[in-house]
Amino acid sequence: MGRKDRHSDILTAKPQVSDGRTESTSEQKAVRPSMQTRVRPRLNKSDLKKKFRWDEFLAEKLITTVAFLSLATIALIFIFVFREAAPIFKGSDPNVTQQPAVPHEEEETYGSESLGEGSKRLAEKQASSTSLETSGNEGEASLSNLLSTSWQPVSRVPKYGLLPLVMGSFKVTLLAILIAGPIAILAALFTASFAPKWSKEIIKPSIEILAGFPSVVIGFFALVILATLMQDLFGYQYRLNVFVGGVAMSLAVIPIIYTVAEDALTAVPKYLTEASLALGATKWQTAAFVTLPAATPGVFAAVLLGFGRAFGETMIVLMATGNAALLSLNFLEPIRTMSATIGAEMAEVVFGDTHYNVLFLLGAILFIFTFTLNAVAEIFIRQRLMKRFKGM
Amino acid sequence: MKLQRKLIGTSFVTLTALSAFVIIVAVILVMGTIVVNGAGLLSWEFLTAAPTEGMTEGGIFPAIAGTALLVIIMSIVGVPVGTVTAIYLSEYSKQTSIIGRSIRFAVNTLAGVPAIVFGLFGLGFFVQFVGSGMDRVFTDGVQLKWAQPNILWASLTMALLTLPVVIVSVEEAIKTVPADLRAASLALGATKWQTIWKIVIPNSLTGILTGAILAVSRGAGEVAPILFTGAAYFLPHLPSSISDQFMELGYHVYIMSTQSTNVDATKGIQYATTLVLLLLTFMLNFSAVFLRSRVRRHQIQ
Repeated sequence: MGRKDRHSDILTAKPQVSDGRTESTSEQKAVRPSMQTRVRPRLNKSDLKKKFRWDEFLAEKLITTVAFLSLATIALIFIFVFREAAPIFKGSDPNVTQQPAVPHEEEETYGSESLGEGSKRLAEKQASSTSLETSGNEGEASLSNLLSTSWQPVSRVPKYGLLPLVMGSFKVTLLAILIAGPIAILAALFTASFAPKWSKEIIKPSIEILAGFPSVVIGFFALVILATLMQDLFGYQYRLNVFVGGVAMSLAVIPIIYTVAEDALTAVPKYLTEASLALGATKWQTAAFVTLPAATPGVFAAVLLGFGRAFGETMIVLMATGNAALLSLNFLEPIRTMSATIGAEMAEVVFGDTHYNVLFLLGAILFIFTFTLNAVAEIFIRQRLMKRFKGM
Repeated sequence: MKLQRKLIGTSFVTLTALSAFVIIVAVILVMGTIVVNGAGLLSWEFLTAAPTEGMTEGGIFPAIAGTALLVIIMSIVGVPVGTVTAIYLSEYSKQTSIIGRSIRFAVNTLAGVPAIVFGLFGLGFFVQFVGSGMDRVFTDGVQLKWAQPNILWASLTMALLTLPVVIVSVEEAIKTVPADLRAASLALGATKWQTIWKIVIPNSLTGILTGAILAVSRGAGEVAPILFTGAAYFLPHLPSSISDQFMELGYHVYIMSTQSTNVDATKGIQYATTLVLLLLTFMLNFSAVFLRSRVRRHQIQ
């Protein structure tokens, strides 16, 4: 801040002195005849010192304060999401209102009409898991309850097993990344290395349009069109499942992976590719064995960012995965993710209830997970890439 | 041997081209089906009428109005804050200072927080904490006015969500303001704040507008943060004050396609509503891209 301003103050000080000369004060008259040649501008120490201006000071402080808002928001998100989740670990809360007893058969179906079979299957699974459930703390969110294998928050004996939800989130995310990753990275390689100019002008806007799709639109597309289409094509049992959700989610993830990967690929220094071409390697050899390896950290960061986005995405999984909290490795079964659970159940929950706290706990897990992923990706993008290109 | 290598090369290039092609096809497929199925029902009446017959007939005017109100309040709060933060980051903070770096880190983190976590934050902070605090102050805690989901809390939540979008866009625009202009202004004796107010901000107005448009586009499309901070299933009237709940386009699509009593009967409405939402975000994004390309061209000159 300092230097430029002092400079400008000197400049503003000059005219004052010359003004003084034209007015010709008595002091200067006395000096003039003896010097004859020119008048030195008199700069006192106080002229050189930076002037204190109230408006400048206030503007800077105000701007700084507002800028701190984003920092404060992160801190507040951290505090408030954890604050609402904290009572779980303090043991039972006396203010907790008793949950109305809801029979097992009345499972909430947030998916669509074809969930009938899904919930029947769910009921079977729950019956089997109920018999396995031996933890004594009924209805309380104890650690053993949280780590159990069934999620039945609205039942006579509420069970808050987070495992099926965590598993669900990972299944959908993994599938989405497995689909979106190769497609987006290869497409980015295409635009960075091979694409003629006219095709770039189609691909880039397409990516931007895809990035602009609201997630609810993608979810709607998956629920109404994609699910039926894929069931007809592959003939599996449940219309809404991990597969549909994963494919739909890949649509949301492709733009992120593509953009970050393309940035990394085009940032590869020209001398590397030119050296490779000069040595006689073909275009595709250069792309596959020079450009892509050189951009690995950036591409890896792209995948991480995509992972984070898919993990926290709500509307697509809420609409397209069937929302049955099953714990299985089958990718053709419905699943319920952490984010979808929050989205579907938060509106119907009693404030301050254990169920409410557990949903906040899910949010806290989501927050920490994506926070870590983004931080790691950031490190990969910023430092590794720099080091790599500078150190070479 | 040579032929084999050439074959591998060609197939590799084809594979990459194919991936790009798949993306384009996916975009066309999603847009195509929604446009084809939704265009039939789209009419002036559909846009200006309220839902009737238990939401199986009629239009979506309340949802459009609610969305508009949401993004307006959101912009009033979010755009100035985002702009000022961008000014701080590019004009006041030094690249190496801890404060500047931590704010930048916060902005990046904010951009990566899942939308649903913003929703939780809106519920936990605005509704439960600020809202009940306001109730205690204004109505002695007797009346439940602010401590419940409403459009103000939803808009504020959305403003926080879209803050990074504004910041990034404005900062990019500020960077394009030539250093000569700043130096000239300072050399003429203007102070730092005068330079920012008279030179930097006017020259990056397009960028600020771009940021605002992108934020509005993002805010209009995001549903997760408003699920439990203010969106309503159905309201017979438009929100009359900021403590009212509201209907929203994206939420309407979600509700109609998953929780409506008769999903099949409302297929047409669902498609048409989705189309409206898609067209809205598409137009907003397009104008933002257009503005941004103008800024870039300006920069080259």
